[in-house]
Amino acid sequence: MHPAPSIIAFSTFSGLGLGLLFWLGVDTTAPTGWVAFAFFAIGYIFAVGGLISSTFHLGRPERAIKAFTQWQTSWLSREAWCAVAALVSMGIYAFLLVFFDTQIHVLGWIGAFFCLMTVYTTSMIYAQLKTVPRWNTVLTSVLFIALSIAGGALLSGRVTIALVLLVIAGGLQFVWWKTGDTRFKESGTDMNTATGLGNIGEVRAFEPPHTGTNYLLNEMVYTIGRRHAEKLRLIALALMLVVPVLLLMLPFPHVFGVLALLSHVAGVLVSRWLFFAEAEHVVGLYYGMR
Amino acid sequence: MTMLPEKTERKMGLVIDLDTCVGCHACVISCKGWNTENYGAPLSDQDPYGANPSGTFLNRIHSYEVQPESGPAQLIHFPKSCLHCEDAPCVTVCPTGASYKRVEDGIVLVNEKDCIGCGLCAWACPYGARELDQAEGVMKKCTLCVDRIYNDNLPEEDRVPACVRTCPSNARHFGDLGDPDSEVSQLVAERGGMDLMPEQGTKPVNKYLPPRPKDRLNESPREEIDILAPLLAPVAEEPKGFLGWLDKTLEKI
Repeated sequence: MHPAPSIIAFSTFSGLGLGLLFWLGVDTTAPTGWVAFAFFAIGYIFAVGGLISSTFHLGRPERAIKAFTQWQTSWLSREAWCAVAALVSMGIYAFLLVFFDTQIHVLGWIGAFFCLMTVYTTSMIYAQLKTVPRWNTVLTSVLFIALSIAGGALLSGRVTIALVLLVIAGGLQFVWWKTGDTRFKESGTDMNTATGLGNIGEVRAFEPPHTGTNYLLNEMVYTIGRRHAEKLRLIALALMLVVPVLLLMLPFPHVFGVLALLSHVAGVLVSRWLFFAEAEHVVGLYYGMR
Repeated sequence: MTMLPEKTERKMGLVIDLDTCVGCHACVISCKGWNTENYGAPLSDQDPYGANPSGTFLNRIHSYEVQPESGPAQLIHFPKSCLHCEDAPCVTVCPTGASYKRVEDGIVLVNEKDCIGCGLCAWACPYGARELDQAEGVMKKCTLCVDRIYNDNLPEEDRVPACVRTCPSNARHFGDLGDPDSEVSQLVAERGGMDLMPEQGTKPVNKYLPPRPKDRLNESPREEIDILAPLLAPVAEEPKGFLGWLDKTLEKI
């Protein structure tokens, strides 16, 4: 799948921002005043910035409002609703904390719930697709949520929780990669089922329908960079897990905490790039490619 | 609405004969010709006369080489367009309701005024039947020539999809696959029509007729000739005379 920068940035930064808002929502003693303002501002910049960047890949962004209509069947539509619910409830919760030093716990929990639901609905946009076997697993949602709350914990300065969650998220990432490597084969879709010609003999793509490229090949048969996948996986895991954990165990959490966060975000960006670049769509079979 | 209908009154679709398709791409051209100037936005081309031309097509023809265990390989031309699936995953993923499946005839269509061009339906389709038009920013797909098949302004023989009308080898058939007595359903029953990627659970309406078994060289009529073969064996296995001398000399060098 084509790794569109707008989608990679969207899912990484909105995941991080929503993760931070989640922790602020469930915090029993949430910050107030200007400290709260700073935290919520960071959360909103990441979450809203990510959501805005996701509209850049639309062919007709001016009609984006119509995406709210089909929540009954479409995960993309559900994501739009959950994002609005999360941002509105968290906005009121934040407003009361910043300006009135008042914490309404129930509002925080509702906001936190919708933050997680937004990340979940985002992940389901990918996990629902039978056409991309690597994504088509419940593990995709678990991984997205784990990365979101781990990053959020890191961003909100919860050192101990962040350490535990980073290790869990890193482990999930490893398992997702390893099980993902065989999922295309396990899906049962191959040249024979694609063409129905397998009972005659071995099927090979002889000539594609067009000499140039097309939308399908650009969008769904993206093969560039896959040969470096193993190295990039190691880089991603080192940046998102190993480096932040080491930095967090050092003294002076404020200095090293920022470095740990930067490293983690860079690692998640690499991992999200691989999420798309390594994903193979079954339509590639018709072109004799994956 | 992106909720799929429980059932459709008819299941209009295509039956494509892989045995008779000659891979001429006439259906591709007639499809593009009709659909670029009728229903919806035109099918744009990018850099059509330049170094890297590309464009939007609703119908494309692949070619496959199939190598049986013995005998020569077979070349099979393979037209592919929207299969108007009963359980169309492209419809349910649409966030705006632009994609829908019609109750009256099962045709899957895009209402281009509602399409935001997110591309998720193209991701959800296993067959590559949907292409995002790069000029218009909306999703394009086969309409089964919905503006031809019910069009009273056209002569009756033209009220079929453009690809079916133009096919010179009669490899494309159009009709109601929900009616077991229709010509297309009979054809599917006779020839063992098949689904593409059945494991994807899309329940395609369009069916493909597999190629008929091919005649083989070395089967019965050929064996009769083989009885005489020993008499036709070359008389001189080794060259003699000057050529023999030349052969030996060249070997030695």
